[in-house]
Amino acid sequence: MIEKSDLNVVCVNIRKDIIKMLYSAGSGHPGGSLSSVELLVSLYFKHMTFYPKNVKNPNRDYFILSKGHVCPVLYAILAQLECFNHDELSTLRKIGSRLQGHPAKDKELPGIEVSTGSLGYGLSIGAGVAVGIKKMNKNNKVYVLMGDGEQQEGSIWEAAMSAAHYKLNNLCAIIDDNGLQIDGATKDIMNVEPLIHKYRAFGWSTIEIDGHNLEEIDKAYLRFKAEKEKPTVIVAKTIKGKGVSFMENITDWHGKIPSKELTEKAITEIEKSAQ
Amino acid sequence: MKIGEKKATRFGFGEALVELGESNPKIFVLGADTVSSVLISNFQKRFPERFINVGIAENNLIGMASGLAIAGFIPFVSTYGVFSTGRPWEQIRTTVCYSNLNVKIAGSHSGLMVGPDGATHQALEEITIMRCLPRMKVIVPCDFIEIKKTVIASACVDGPVYIRYGRENTPIFTNEDTFFEIGKANILRDGNDVAIMACGTMVYESLVAAEILKQKGIEARVINIHTIKPIDEKVIIDAAKECGAVVTAEEHQIHGGFGSAVSEVLVRNCPVPVEMIGVNDRFGESGDACDLICKFKLKDINIVDAVLKILKRK
Repeated sequence: MIEKSDLNVVCVNIRKDIIKMLYSAGSGHPGGSLSSVELLVSLYFKHMTFYPKNVKNPNRDYFILSKGHVCPVLYAILAQLECFNHDELSTLRKIGSRLQGHPAKDKELPGIEVSTGSLGYGLSIGAGVAVGIKKMNKNNKVYVLMGDGEQQEGSIWEAAMSAAHYKLNNLCAIIDDNGLQIDGATKDIMNVEPLIHKYRAFGWSTIEIDGHNLEEIDKAYLRFKAEKEKPTVIVAKTIKGKGVSFMENITDWHGKIPSKELTEKAITEIEKSAQ
Repeated sequence: MKIGEKKATRFGFGEALVELGESNPKIFVLGADTVSSVLISNFQKRFPERFINVGIAENNLIGMASGLAIAGFIPFVSTYGVFSTGRPWEQIRTTVCYSNLNVKIAGSHSGLMVGPDGATHQALEEITIMRCLPRMKVIVPCDFIEIKKTVIASACVDGPVYIRYGRENTPIFTNEDTFFEIGKANILRDGNDVAIMACGTMVYESLVAAEILKQKGIEARVINIHTIKPIDEKVIIDAAKECGAVVTAEEHQIHGGFGSAVSEVLVRNCPVPVEMIGVNDRFGESGDACDLICKFKLKDINIVDAVLKILKRK
């Protein structure tokens, strides 16, 4: 079992990779990639059954990146786990790359279960996988990462209804609740709160945590795994752009790339945070 | 079973699914509250452990089917064609087709023949919106026997397939021995004066039209093009070269539909005069199925008129 201190080191490396690959790509989404680092590092390095050298192993747990635009964080984690060569990260968004601007199943990058990027689809897909697993009497778990702005999509709530109806206790929805979307603060554009109450009313087990606190994340995943009847939602309060001071909580960094100087500043800051 | 007996394609769809379920434990069926009317209820009764009803939620219908495909099943979904293709179109595009997932989508109650329900429930555009999607195969069987072959064959295809079928009883005119292969058109009648190319319910009308034309001394080649994508280019090109004129017939919008698919092949390979029978840029309406087919000029006699018109253009 990987230690918390090691996970912190992994998070630092992933953040550096995110900044480097986005700078190299010249476009992409740093804000939401940085806000979901701890949630996914804990999942991939500690909680999920995952086979980096055999990603299609039928005993694996499934991960669906519903908020597909933050794929840099996923690509960086898969590279760190040696699903593919780390050098390939520099091909992000470039012609011929397996690292498409949004995850593409047909490019056959190891670890991508399904193409995503149009918001609001992942929870239905996850619910479908979870039903299938239950019908086969297997115990694999299914994790779906969504954004808070994404909760505005109606299809999320169709899926939320069905996950509770079919008692999908093997399904864990994670909401990277960074409070910002492209046009501004989620609460100003189209308020989605109170998320916890909404999911509870739909019949879900709900957990609210600090999405950058590895201990809280750890406990949340453990609680999900112990759940006997209901699907679980983890509403994780996060900071968009977390780890890079000039990006934190600034809407503009949803889909903007730093200059060379700011990229160096960001890397220095991230490295310092490890000391 | 004698030629001329009538039975709706939806019964064939339902029967074939149960047959498939018996032989293949990976077959999974999803419904969206229209389970009995689209005839997936037989599968539900026989294999309740491989069936779910998602309620009136077509986006979730496609999403959950996608998840089941990822988990290793071969999911078939069905509801009215307007709802199974139109409402979740982007899920079909981005989740199913872009990921190349093994999801089979069926559209029941297609065409004008839904009748009294009117335009809201008359699927007249799905051939267009399904055939423009990369990786999607589009099949429009002509009768009760052919849809059974379609369903069985589509389970052997690894990737998305759209199957169109109907609610009303229509003539059965193929049999168990009639050749069927996805992607291969069937020449049902030989002739070299004109080629009538049709899909679905219009294939039978075309055969009747050919008999009327024969009495006028015109020999029409009738081709059943059940697979609109991938379309059988060779049969279409050969017919154009040998007959010199083509009439297409579909119970669907002309714009972007079956006639368009045939024309795309013709203009690139062997441009000949084409007349298109179909719904011409208008919505359907309530009425008896037969009355609507007459009102919208989708009868055998309308095909005859189109042939007489095109022969003057040859």
